[in-house]
Amino acid sequence: MIQVLFFAQIRELLGTANVEHTADNIDTAEALRVALAATDDKWAKVLASDKLLVAINQTMSQWDSPVKDGDEVAFFPPVTGG
Amino acid sequence: MDNQNMLQVSVRVHPQDFSVADEYALLACDNQDGAVVNFVGKVRDFNDGSAVTDLTLEHYPGMTESVLLQISQQAGERWPLNKVTIIHRVGSLALGEQIVFIGVTSAHRKAAFAACEFLIDFLKTKAPFWKREAGDTGLKWVEARDSDQQAANIWKK
Repeated sequence: MIQVLFFAQIRELLGTANVEHTADNIDTAEALRVALAATDDKWAKVLASDKLLVAINQTMSQWDSPVKDGDEVAFFPPVTGG
Repeated sequence: MDNQNMLQVSVRVHPQDFSVADEYALLACDNQDGAVVNFVGKVRDFNDGSAVTDLTLEHYPGMTESVLLQISQQAGERWPLNKVTIIHRVGSLALGEQIVFIGVTSAHRKAAFAACEFLIDFLKTKAPFWKREAGDTGLKWVEARDSDQQAANIWKK
C-alpha cells in the first residue's frame, strides 16, 4: 500500500488527512494523483490544481518521480511559512 | 579546516514561544565568532488588505525538520558559518507573536548576514508550513507569494 497524506487547503477541501491506496498500476506521483482524482468530482477538482505540490517519502518530488509500494506520498499547496 | 564539519545546527519546530535573549546567548558563546545575525518573523496586523487577528500554522512533521536541516547544511557549504539555529512555531499564534527565529554565527558579518537571509528565503519557499489567517474576512489560507519565490531564486545564481 501507499500511504497518502494531504495538508492545508487540500486536506480541508477533501475532508481527510490521509488515505491508503493500492500500489497496483501506480508507478509515478502523477499516476497516483490521477488514480485519486478518479474518486469523484470533488477529488478531481481539488487534485487538478496546477499549484499542487508532491513529496515522496518527505522529499519534494516531480510528477514523473517513481512511486512504489510502501512509500509515503504527500499532496499539498505551495508553502507559506516564515 | 572543513567548515561543513564544524557547523553546529539546531532545528526546532514546536508550539511554544522562544526567547531571543536565550537563543542569542547560546549562539554568541564562542569567541571565534565575530558576528551573530538574528532574524525574527512575527504575526503582523494586515496581510493582502485584510485585518489579521491571529493565525494557525500547520506543518508536515518530519519533512519540516529535514528540510530545515538541509537548508542549514546548504548555508554551511556556501558560507564559513559556525552555528545555525532555526526555530519555527506551529499551532495557534496571536497578533504580534513571534513565528520564526533564524540565528547565524560566523567570524565575519558578511557571511552571517548573507546566510541568515538565504535561510529565511529558503525556509519560506521550501519548508512545508502553511498559514491560515483569521480576521475581519473570516478564515483564509495565506497564498504563496511570487516575490518570495523570486527572493529564493536569487540565491541560485
